[in-house]
Amino acid sequence: MKRLYNQSHRKQQQQAAYAFVLPAVLLLFTFLILPAFSTIGYSLTDYNIMRPDKISFVALENFRELIHDENFRKALRNIIHFTVFVVPYQCLLALALLTNVKLKGASVFRAAYFSPMVTSMVVIAILWSVLYNPNPNQGLINAFLTSFGIGPAAFLTSPKRAMNSIVFMSGWQAAGYQMMIFVAGLQGIPQDQYEAASIDGAGKLQQFFYITLPGLKNIIKYVIMITTIQAMKLFTQPYVMTQGGPQNATRTFVYYIYQQGFQSRNFGYACAVAAVFFLIVVTMSFLLKRIIKAN
Amino acid sequence: MKSVQARRRAFKVLFYMGNTAIALIFVSPLLWMIASAFKPEGQIFSQLNSIKTFIPWDASFHNFAEVFQRVPMMRYITNSLFYVTVIVVLDLAVNSLCGYALAKFDFMGKEFLLSLVISLMVLPNEAVMLPLYKLVSSFGWINQWPALIVPFVAKCFSIYMFRQFFLDIPDELIEAAKIDGCSPFGIFTKVVAPISGNVYATVFILDYVSHWNDFMWPMLAVTGESKRTIQLGIQTFFGLKPINYGPIMASLTISAIPMIILFLFLQKYYVQGISTTGIKG
Repeated sequence: MKRLYNQSHRKQQQQAAYAFVLPAVLLLFTFLILPAFSTIGYSLTDYNIMRPDKISFVALENFRELIHDENFRKALRNIIHFTVFVVPYQCLLALALLTNVKLKGASVFRAAYFSPMVTSMVVIAILWSVLYNPNPNQGLINAFLTSFGIGPAAFLTSPKRAMNSIVFMSGWQAAGYQMMIFVAGLQGIPQDQYEAASIDGAGKLQQFFYITLPGLKNIIKYVIMITTIQAMKLFTQPYVMTQGGPQNATRTFVYYIYQQGFQSRNFGYACAVAAVFFLIVVTMSFLLKRIIKAN
Repeated sequence: MKSVQARRRAFKVLFYMGNTAIALIFVSPLLWMIASAFKPEGQIFSQLNSIKTFIPWDASFHNFAEVFQRVPMMRYITNSLFYVTVIVVLDLAVNSLCGYALAKFDFMGKEFLLSLVISLMVLPNEAVMLPLYKLVSSFGWINQWPALIVPFVAKCFSIYMFRQFFLDIPDELIEAAKIDGCSPFGIFTKVVAPISGNVYATVFILDYVSHWNDFMWPMLAVTGESKRTIQLGIQTFFGLKPINYGPIMASLTISAIPMIILFLFLQKYYVQGISTTGIKG
């Protein structure tokens, strides 16, 4: 009797479980997994949206072309440039913001640091394209710099400086978010460590470097990982601020996918770019996860 | 002893000064944006190298009125509020059910599904955007609400957050309800969901903020003005001639208001959300 009950019970449980996961699984399959495979599928063809009937299989031709595509290589270099600069800058900035740990009024400072997160990236990008105006009579930042006798600088119109200007702005926008994660991590550090340290006569700065920083080690690694993956998707800032220019200096991976796929209509080729992008992001996150686990 | 105290005080002053300077760098662009939104066009750039640039002496709502005259700003906002709310409500329903099954049921394929969900978390939407666009247009959804909503309802990250939360719900609670004759769905809606307000609020605000900021996909999927989202709206307004910076700053300020209200009420859960993802991640 008991066994019979268990069997029918088990069956009911199984059915319920399948009913519960079904909507999510169907949606994920249709709108994420299927398109992911299609990306790879189309990357092996010369599909063009304008002539959908003339599709043919070209094997790895698109990828061979990619290797020699100067625009693609430039996009790759640009995204590496952005990532390599923005990740340490953003993480160090977020850590620096933590120095207010023990200050009275820390929550006011934190609200200030977090405030750019409340506005969207489009708002920030539009606002900063006005702030970055090269004319000191029009751009707040150049007005500020020239009053100290520096500049004016062509922030977004110089191919050398445009990407770094986007780096600076992006770090400003998101460092508050990283800081919040660090703040949560601080709560995991035992309070008595600080007490012991202050009995031993350690100053606030020493406490920060010898207790706070080591205590945040794992969270710092996690933040580096998500910041890196986020950085590789850069699109909105160059789209709104520079249209990928000047001289392609801010054209990124996702931007190039957009241009090839939706502006030039080279769907197959754009899918090849997307496939490489996908491969790089997955490899990066896999490697970063391994590094984090290894420690 | 005295020198130690003096040094400590010096450090404190240094930290306050440093923090104040950095805080000013963080808030001044936003303050300038808001101040300029209230200024007459001629004053926006006239006092850039003085502190006065942050203070609207002749404040008026003239720029705001001009924004509403030139573009249907209210419609952009209600469009965004509508589609984002629908996504997030469906997101909560669909993903919490899936997360619950992954936490509390035994079924064939569970381990596989869980590892699939975890590995799909890193798959960037941007990488599948082209075939997704093709799929959505083959459904005839371009410039329709479903294009903005349906593809983004199921979300691996939400599923994972829900699963982690539901794992901590005691099995005895579920068993007790079972003995009382509750169906599995009844247990979920009457016993589990009511005590899980925290995780629902957290996923709600995380996903609300992220979809409110959506830019690339709506730009592709929305072709006309009737479904234009707030992000697309301010972006087109930025390029709309004649370019007057007062109204542009006013449009940026308006677009931030809904998020500011949301943060005022749910900030606690947002912080909780980003911190739990940080710790458990």
